[in-house]
Amino acid sequence: MTALLEVKGLKVQVEENEILHGLDLTVNEGEVHAIMGPNGSGKSTLSHVIAGKPGYEVTAGEILFKGENLLEMEPNERAAKGVFLAFQYPVEIPGVATMTFLRTALNAQRKARGEGEYSTPDFLKKVREVSARLSIPQDMLKRGVNVGFSGGEKKRNEVLQMALFEPSLCILDEMDSGLDIDALRIAADGVNSLRSKGRAMVVITHYQRLLNYIIPDFVHVMSKGRVVKSGGKDLALELEKSGYAQFEDKAA
Amino acid sequence: MPAVQETVDRVREIDVDQYRYGFETQIESEKAPRGLTEDTIRFISAKKNEPAWMLEWRLEAYRRWLTMEEPTWARVEYPKIDYQDLYYYAAPKQKKSVGSLDEIDPEILKTYEKLGIPLREVEVLEGVVKPEGERRVAVDAVFDSVSVATTFQAELKKAGVIFMPISEAIREHPDLVKKYLGSVVPTSDNFFATLNSAVFSDGSFVYVPEGVRCPMELSTYFRINERNTGQFERTLIIADKGAYVSYLEGCTAPQRDENQLHAAVVELVALDDAEIKYSTVQNWYPGNSEGKGGIYNFVTKRGDCRGKRSKISWTQVETGSAITWKYPSCILRGDHSQGEFYSIAISNGFQQVDSGTKMIHLGSNTSSRIISKGIAAGKSQNTYRGLVTAHRKAANTRNFTACDSLLIGDKCGAHTVPYIEAKNSSAHFEHEATTSKISEDMLFYCIQRGLSQEEAIGLVVNGFVKDVLQQLPMEFAVEAQKLISISLEGSVG
Repeated sequence: MTALLEVKGLKVQVEENEILHGLDLTVNEGEVHAIMGPNGSGKSTLSHVIAGKPGYEVTAGEILFKGENLLEMEPNERAAKGVFLAFQYPVEIPGVATMTFLRTALNAQRKARGEGEYSTPDFLKKVREVSARLSIPQDMLKRGVNVGFSGGEKKRNEVLQMALFEPSLCILDEMDSGLDIDALRIAADGVNSLRSKGRAMVVITHYQRLLNYIIPDFVHVMSKGRVVKSGGKDLALELEKSGYAQFEDKAA
Repeated sequence: MPAVQETVDRVREIDVDQYRYGFETQIESEKAPRGLTEDTIRFISAKKNEPAWMLEWRLEAYRRWLTMEEPTWARVEYPKIDYQDLYYYAAPKQKKSVGSLDEIDPEILKTYEKLGIPLREVEVLEGVVKPEGERRVAVDAVFDSVSVATTFQAELKKAGVIFMPISEAIREHPDLVKKYLGSVVPTSDNFFATLNSAVFSDGSFVYVPEGVRCPMELSTYFRINERNTGQFERTLIIADKGAYVSYLEGCTAPQRDENQLHAAVVELVALDDAEIKYSTVQNWYPGNSEGKGGIYNFVTKRGDCRGKRSKISWTQVETGSAITWKYPSCILRGDHSQGEFYSIAISNGFQQVDSGTKMIHLGSNTSSRIISKGIAAGKSQNTYRGLVTAHRKAANTRNFTACDSLLIGDKCGAHTVPYIEAKNSSAHFEHEATTSKISEDMLFYCIQRGLSQEEAIGLVVNGFVKDVLQQLPMEFAVEAQKLISISLEGSVG
């Protein structure tokens, strides 16, 4: 198997405070990894640093994506290479129709990869096909990006983009936050339909319940900026019973 | 946070060299002596071969102006203007009067070509430039103090529409001019309007007769070229009963270290059932990255919905000028008349914008709508100032106002100053205002989806101004959209 993502000895600071203290993580193609941990353990920081969000300073270590140094790339280059971050809180962009946004983004990625931009009819065909597959109503695409969307609709919009951009690495940051159980099931179904041999997923979550719907191949427990335990999907169930407290001391 | 800092730094070093219309045309010109006296006014009036009544009108305005004080209530700061240090008239030297485009100085034609303004209607008519069926635009080109060319005159004449430089209209249609000039913006209106009344040199005159729908868009393109020269144009548009006209206005100026004064007056009159749509894309030179130079834009624009069921609609995209002081307004005199104001005001670098509108409801069942979008970047200050009033006898008036401001960076300011006065209890006025900041989160979301930072800003801003862009005629909307991205270039990485 090819290593899709390799995080080695990653140390990250925010305003002089070190958040990640030397983190290692390897994700191969086709694998689904869950990263669990209490609040403040550095889960979201990891997802942001992989995607290239400004405001984080990497002081040591490296991140390789398909063997290339990810940290040297602009966030939009990373996107074009196949890194997709599903946001915990997707932003609203008033006045910009979802359809326009999707087309602009997809064409920007295609252009960066040296592929031709989609013509309007081709794009419409593609977006209709993808949204039908995910049972997303067409009128949602005519509304402003995430404007007035319910929590569930926002997450489905993230899944739609994931399906449309066809990234090789999907990072789902706290996908379950703000969702009731029905909305969670719908979003998780969407994600599951996108699992494939060539695509890896990193599912970041605080709670085990999401992993009932998106069943991971590997589970990593983070505490205080490090991975303190890794295992199979059963590790998540174990955590559900015993809680995170046992790891707090270990990390310290 | 590093990227935030970066954005802020970029905003700080905003490069106004982006201004693409900053070139100067080398051309000999004829000027009035520097400074302003009664003799200057006599000089201008004589140059224009004006009748005695016009000179008298100007002199009266001048005498009144001498007693007036420059207004200070706007949120703009600038060094005192020395009105005696300006030239009030500059005209490209021409050997004889212009009969056709071929007789215009080729340098001037080249200037307009560079600006992308089609003056050669022949090519347009023959279908060389634009395909058949596309909308045509008649252009009046004003270069410094004079109108150099007006296209499509013959075709407009056939429809009965008068579209000509106002200096010609004063001679050829004195009755119309006498009846309407100063009837919306009286000579005593305000300091800058009064100054304009005394020294105005050219501008456009439009009269659309009863029941006529003007067959094409009319447009005036203003260009300041001469150094130390103020431009004082005067535009008068009259739509007679049931008439319709759409009028576009564009403006640019060369890049210079000194500040130049532009004090225009625009008057619109709509009689019963008439409609006037007035669109502006203002792109005067905004000054350089240190705030040096740029146009002082002190403009009085007012429309009078004089007739029943008449309608006046202002749409403006303001991107240029060092200082903008401008409040296109509507007097809703006729019962059931409607006024609209759609505005996008963008300020960057050291620009100062104080702009808005007045909707004065005098008639019953009158309605007005104000949509204002202010975007401030760099170290600029952007103020919306508006007045909505209902006269005590005006029943069932309605107004809807939405003022939204968008901030880019943390050195700029957005301000909203609405005045609302309802003297009749049946008035129904609504006001909404929002201020938002393009957040790093919003940008990062777009960038994570593959957009560059500049594309992300463009997308967010265009979404923000969408409601207003939709009001512009198609060709103008495309131009405005481009202009918006250019104006904000350098405000980010």
